[in-house]
Amino acid sequence: MAELSLQGIAKRFGDVEVVTDFNLSVEAGEFIVLVGPSGCGKSTTLRMIAGLEEITRGELRMGERVVNNVPPKDRDVAMVFQSYALYPHMSVYENMAFGLRLRKLPQDEIDRRVQEAAEILGLVPYLERKPKALSGGQRQRVAMGRAIVRKPRYFLFDEPLSNLDAKLRGQMRTEIARLHRKLGATSIYVTHDQIEAMTLADRIVVMKDGVVQQIGGPIELYRRPANRFVAGFIGSPAMNFLEGVVEDGMVRGRGFTFPLAAIHAGPVRPGEKVLLGFRPEAVRVDGSGAGTLTGDVEVREPLGAEVHAYLSIGGQQVVGRFSPDHELREGQSIAFTVDPAACHLFDPETELAIRDNR
Amino acid sequence: MTHVKSHEINYTKLLSHLVLVVVTLMTLYPVIWVLKMAFTPVQGFSTSLNPFPANPSLENFSYLFNDTPFVRWGINSLVIAAATTLVGIFLSCTAAYAFSRFRFPGRKGMLLGFLVTQMFPGVMMMIPLYLLISALGLLDSLFGLILVYSTTSLPFSTWMLKGYFDTIPQDLEESAVMDGATRGMIFWKIIIPLARPAIAVVALFSFMSAWNEFILAATFMNQETMYTLPVGLKMMVGQYSTEWGHFSAASLLVSIPIVALFFYLQQHLVSGLMAGGVKG
Repeated sequence: MAELSLQGIAKRFGDVEVVTDFNLSVEAGEFIVLVGPSGCGKSTTLRMIAGLEEITRGELRMGERVVNNVPPKDRDVAMVFQSYALYPHMSVYENMAFGLRLRKLPQDEIDRRVQEAAEILGLVPYLERKPKALSGGQRQRVAMGRAIVRKPRYFLFDEPLSNLDAKLRGQMRTEIARLHRKLGATSIYVTHDQIEAMTLADRIVVMKDGVVQQIGGPIELYRRPANRFVAGFIGSPAMNFLEGVVEDGMVRGRGFTFPLAAIHAGPVRPGEKVLLGFRPEAVRVDGSGAGTLTGDVEVREPLGAEVHAYLSIGGQQVVGRFSPDHELREGQSIAFTVDPAACHLFDPETELAIRDNR
Repeated sequence: MTHVKSHEINYTKLLSHLVLVVVTLMTLYPVIWVLKMAFTPVQGFSTSLNPFPANPSLENFSYLFNDTPFVRWGINSLVIAAATTLVGIFLSCTAAYAFSRFRFPGRKGMLLGFLVTQMFPGVMMMIPLYLLISALGLLDSLFGLILVYSTTSLPFSTWMLKGYFDTIPQDLEESAVMDGATRGMIFWKIIIPLARPAIAVVALFSFMSAWNEFILAATFMNQETMYTLPVGLKMMVGQYSTEWGHFSAASLLVSIPIVALFFYLQQHLVSGLMAGGVKG
């Protein structure tokens, strides 16, 4: 029995279907991240799980119970909002105690739980303060504390870190991971940041235009993206795509000829148009591996530990990650290799990955 | 250099202070004049420019308290204004919340209707209101006036509060919903405390309009014991002579509750109440 299951869930606002046929089965204690560009329906899906949004079609189950029409307060769900949504007129203590008071818990139990959460989150010195006297990071912690004290069966996070600066975001990300390990509650986390998705998730759900593109573990999504969108969305900088045609076991395009790997040679047909995808980190300058490409360096971005070089191959732009030891000059033409087995092929029409299962 | 500069600043300061002092005196002079007449036991209109009473006495005040139903009128006014404020706030808060948060058929029409009623002068409503109040048997009754006042201030209060409620983020309510709060709890525990500044303004407005209203009170109240203060004060202005001393003393007393209320409500007129609640 799945802890949480969404079967054929859809949401319609007027004439627009913002979520279409969403299917997902979540195990107890699992950390699921919904990721996608803004407007892809990930927040709407989360709000349907929370009960803040009505479900147009499909079935939402919590355990064995169908909860489509169960109000939020009876779903045993706590939610952390993007805006934190703290009650500005209440102290940190009262903010965390509010939900417990509404559930009529005895005062000593409320005290104990708030104290406990405050200790976990390092909020003990701030319990009497109002939200406006807190920094962004502290407010974020209060928002989390308010969810923790409830000891809910499900945690929902709606882009909880997107209002923090980069450094704090990194800190809070590890903190959320630590909290999840400690509390072990089933969590659904919405973000548009693929790094958050990769680092936090047990499984990632990639969405686009209300449709699930792929569901899988972070490494699986990285290694075997189901389509061009997932391939481009997961990983940073994004995967490179070159347009070409299959001929004689090679992909030929403007300015390049690249050998097909054995795993790709089977499913493709000669004369077929394909998109050749390879990740920036698959690029080598040491000549190892079989496939060689030549491009002109257009822009180089030194990041300290590595250099991102934007190269033009027959007018198509690709990016590669190079060691800073390797000297690159803008305008220079360089040859580099990519292991054909590390490449991906996509159908330019359907944008689906071309694999041997075709 | 600094020496010269400090001189310049002093001249500018001197000038601006001079202007302020003059304007303040001009504003205060009539008030001081009322004070003077209130403490002068003469009913005539003194034309002397001297703003201080020659022989100060409390005679006018003692006349008001002992020889007129002034206290009774005060109580009437207080009851009416207080009840109007409470009823008005309750009705406008609940109505404004509904207008702000719910989408229901007729919402726009009703909001517009509220505005339209504000475009007619109040005097126009006098006859129809009189007929209504008379039919309800509420002439010469405090309740009648409370009913009329609290409903006439309703459109302004509702619009004002709706505007404020609109600025309270929806996230706060959804967060409370997740915490397990009902609509009612959200309204009383989240929305109302956050709307304190707007409610204070609406309270002051309701109280003042009920406290100062003359025409309807004069129309609906015929027994002298049911008069409100403005109607009572009018008694002192006769066709041929005006009891300026009594009138001034009464005017002073009438303004005290308004001033007190203003000072009390001032503490709620704070900005930044919503700070720190939501971000982004």
